[in-house]
Amino acid sequence: MVATPAPEIAPVAATAAPVPPKKSESRGLGFYYGSYQALKNINMPIYEKKVTALIGPSGCGKSTYLRCFNRMHDLYPGNRYEGNIMLYPDDTNILNPDVDPIEVRMRISMVFQKPNPFPKSIYENVAYGLRVRGERKRALLDEKVEEALRGAALWEEVKNRLDDLAFNLSGGQQQRLCIARALATDPEMLLFDEPTSALDPIATASIEQLLAELKERITILIVTHNMQQAARVSDYTAYMYLGELIEFDATDTIFMKPRNKQTEDYITGRFG
Amino acid sequence: MSEAAKVREIRALIAAHKRWDLVFAMLGLLALMVGVLTFAALFGQMALEGAPRLSWDFFTHFPSRKPDQAGILSAWVGSTLVMIVTAATAVPLGVGAGVYLEEYAPRNWMTDLIEINVTNLAGVPSIVYGLLALGLFVYQFGFGQSILTAGLTLGLLILPVVIVATREAIRAIPAAIREGAYALGASKWQTTSDHILPYSLAGIMTGVIIGMARAIGETAPVITIGALTFIAFLPAAPFTGDPPAGLFEWILSPFTVMPIQMFNWTSRPEAAFQHNAAAAGLVLVVMTLSMNALAIYIRYRLRKNIKW
Amino acid sequence: MTSISQADRIDAVPEKFVSDRLARRQVRHAKERVIESILFLAAFVSVATTVGIVVILLKESLDFFQHVSLWDFLTDTQWTPLFADAHYGIVPLLSGTLVSSAVALLVAIPLGTIIAIYLSEFAPFTVREVAKPFLEMLGGVPTIVYGYFALLFVTPLLQMLYPELPGFNLLSAGLVMGIMIIPYVSSVSEDAMRAVPMALREGSYAMGATRFQTAIRVVTPAAFSGLAAAYILGISRAVGETMILAVAAGMQPNLTWNPLEPAATITAYIVQVALGDLPHGSIGYQSIFAAGLTLALVTLLFNVFGHLLRKRYRQVY
Repeated sequence: MVATPAPEIAPVAATAAPVPPKKSESRGLGFYYGSYQALKNINMPIYEKKVTALIGPSGCGKSTYLRCFNRMHDLYPGNRYEGNIMLYPDDTNILNPDVDPIEVRMRISMVFQKPNPFPKSIYENVAYGLRVRGERKRALLDEKVEEALRGAALWEEVKNRLDDLAFNLSGGQQQRLCIARALATDPEMLLFDEPTSALDPIATASIEQLLAELKERITILIVTHNMQQAARVSDYTAYMYLGELIEFDATDTIFMKPRNKQTEDYITGRFG
Repeated sequence: MSEAAKVREIRALIAAHKRWDLVFAMLGLLALMVGVLTFAALFGQMALEGAPRLSWDFFTHFPSRKPDQAGILSAWVGSTLVMIVTAATAVPLGVGAGVYLEEYAPRNWMTDLIEINVTNLAGVPSIVYGLLALGLFVYQFGFGQSILTAGLTLGLLILPVVIVATREAIRAIPAAIREGAYALGASKWQTTSDHILPYSLAGIMTGVIIGMARAIGETAPVITIGALTFIAFLPAAPFTGDPPAGLFEWILSPFTVMPIQMFNWTSRPEAAFQHNAAAAGLVLVVMTLSMNALAIYIRYRLRKNIKW
Repeated sequence: MTSISQADRIDAVPEKFVSDRLARRQVRHAKERVIESILFLAAFVSVATTVGIVVILLKESLDFFQHVSLWDFLTDTQWTPLFADAHYGIVPLLSGTLVSSAVALLVAIPLGTIIAIYLSEFAPFTVREVAKPFLEMLGGVPTIVYGYFALLFVTPLLQMLYPELPGFNLLSAGLVMGIMIIPYVSSVSEDAMRAVPMALREGSYAMGATRFQTAIRVVTPAAFSGLAAAYILGISRAVGETMILAVAAGMQPNLTWNPLEPAATITAYIVQVALGDLPHGSIGYQSIFAAGLTLALVTLLFNVFGHLLRKRYRQVY
C-alpha cells in the first residue's frame, strides 16, 4: 500500500482508523451556470476503491458537483469552473482547460439517472467505449464485453441474445447494461447520478449489491436522494446544502453522530 | 501498463480522433458553400445579363417579336390577378380546414382520412394539379383557360401549406387561454373567432406568404391549363365593365404569368431574348425572395416575443 | 276559486323566461352547427381534390388505353404520340425521369445529409441561424429560374470541361435539380437529428467519444427513420420536377441511360403537349393523362414506401 501524504483536509474522525489513499480531491471547487453560482468552495477527498455518497436536498448541487468530474458541463455553453479537482496518482487537474475532457472521460465513466442505452444491440452498446478507442479485434471485444456484462451481473440473462436491441430489456436490465458499458473500458473511477431513482425496488436492490462488488476494483462516487441507500452502500458520505459542502465523514459517523447541526436536521428528516 | 503510460496512449488516440472532428466540420462548411456559390452564380449571372434591361419600359410594354421592345406588362398583371384568385381560394379553405382539424374534428376515421389526404397532397407533383385542372376546371366545369382556373389550381396546390401553418399556429396557443374563454361561457365559434384566430394570425400569415411565394413561381400547372405564352393584351380591368357579369370579366379571360414569360424568352435562341429572360428572372427572384424573407422575419419576431 | 287573469298567474313570468332562453340557445346551437359544417367542408376539400385527381387521371387514361394496349405502353421503346407513325411506349420518358432523378439524388442526398449533421451537431449557433434561413430561401427560388440557370450557365460551364456535351442534356438539369432539393433533404434530416434526446449524446460523450464519433455512431443511427423520410421526400421531389428538365434537358423523348444526352421526362412531355394546341379528346390529349397517371403511381409508390420505412424503424424514446 502506498504511503499517503497527510491530507490537507482532515475530515476523518478522531479514531485512529487508517486513512486509505486518495483517488481524487476537490480544492476550492466552484461552479457557475452563467452568473449564478451553483457550487461554493468545495474541498473534499475521494478515497480510492471506496464508495463515496453525495446527499442533500433537491437543488443542493450534488449532481452539478458530480458532473464536474467528467467535464459534462463543457457540453453546454455559459458554464464556468473555479478551483481544482485533482486526479491521482498522476496529479492531473481535471478542470484545467488544457486537459482534454475526452481524456478525462476515458478515465472516469458515468452512469446516468435514466438508463440511456444506444439504439444498438446489447453487444454493441457494451462494446461502444472500446470501439471509440479504436479497438477492432473481434476476439478482444468479445472478451471485454463478456467481462463487463459479468461485472454488471447481466451476463447470464443476456448471453444468448447479445444481438438483440438494447431497448427490449427491462428498466433494471437497461441500467445494468449502462453499468456494463461504463465498465468495459476499465475506468479508474465510476460516477453514478441517482442510478436507481427510476427503478423498482427489486432492480434497486440488485444495483446496490453490484456497487458492493464493484468497489473492490473501482473508486465510486454516487449521488443519491435516498438517504437509506447512502447509509447502505457507501463508506464515506458528503452532505451538501445550497452549493456548499456542509460535512464530509465516514458514513457511520455522518448517520450516527454528525458534527454539524444542519447535517443532523437533514438526516433526521426535519427538512427535505 | 503503468497509469502514466496508459494516459500517454489515451492522449495520442484522442488527438487522432479529434482530427476527424475538424475534417468533418470543414466538409460541412464546404457542402454549405456549394449552396452559397450556386445561389451567388445564379443571382450574379441574372443580374449581369438582365439588370441593363430593367427599365420603366420593361415593366410597361407588352412582349414583342423585337426583343428590345419587349416587356413584362401582361405577365406581371396576369400574375397579380392570378394571385388574387389564389389567395381567395387558399386562405378561406386552408384556414377553415386548419381550424376544423384543430378545434372541431373528433377522433374518427373521417378525420384520419382528411389528415392523410392533406399529407398526401403535399407530395403530389405540381404538374398533376395542372392535369386535374385541365380535365376538371377547364373542360368539365367549363371555366376555360382563364385566370379563374389558374387561381383555383394554384390555390389547391398551396392548400396543404396553409393548412399545416394554421394548425401549427393554433397548436402553439396554450390550453389555458382556450380554457379561460370556455370557462366564461363562450361558445366554440366565439372562442375561435375572438381568441384562437387573432392569436394565431402571425403564424397563419407566415404560411400564407410562403404559399403565395411558391404559387407566384409555379410554371408547370399554369402551362398545363393552357396559359398562353404570347399575350399582347391585358385582361379587362377588374370591376369595370357592365355589372353583374362584366365585373368579373377579367376572371375568365386568357392571360399569362411571369414564370411563363420567362420560360418563353429562355426558349428562344437569340441572345437578346435571353437577356430579357434574365431580367424577368431577376424580377421574379426578387419578388419570391422578399416574400420568403418577410415570412422568415415574421416567424423570427413570433419566436422572440410570446406575449402570454 | 275566483278566476285569475292570465297575466296574474303565478307561473306566467317563469314560463316566459324559460322559453326565451331556450329559444336563444337553440339559435346559438344552430349557428354553431352551420359554422362547423362549413369548416368541415373546407377540410373535406382535400379529400375531394384527391378524388378529383384520381377520377380525372383514370377517366382519361382509360380512354387512352382503349386505343393503346397496356403491353405496348409498357414495352414499346419509342414515345412518338404526335407522329404519323405513333408509338406509345412510356419507357423512354421513364428513362429520362429516372436518369435525371438519379443524378439529382447523387448530389442532394450526400450533401443534404452532411449539411444536416453539420448544422445539428457541429455548427456554432450563429452559423446555424444564418444557414437555415439561407437554405430555406434556396428552396424558394422558382424552378423556371433554376432551369434558366441550368441551360445558360451550367451547360456552358460543363461544355468547357467536355466540349462534346450537347446543349440540352440530363446532366446539367440533374445537377441543378439536386442543388434545389438539398434544402428539402437537409431540413427534414436536421429536424430528425435534433429530435434525438440529449441523454443519448451525453451517454456517448461520457464514454469519451469525440463529436464526430457521437454524431456518426449514435445520433445518425438514432435519427434513421427521419432520414429515410427526408430521402423519400427528395426522391418524390426529383421525380415530379418539371421546369428545370423542360428547359435544360430538351423535350425530345430519348431512351437512354446516359446523362450526357438530351431526353424528355414524363413531366417535360406533358408541358410540351400543353404548349401546343391539342383538341380535347384526341389521343394526344389523352396521352398526357396516361403519362400523368404513371407519374402519380411512381410518386405514390415512393410515398407509401417511405411511410412503411418510418413505421418499421420508429424508435420510441
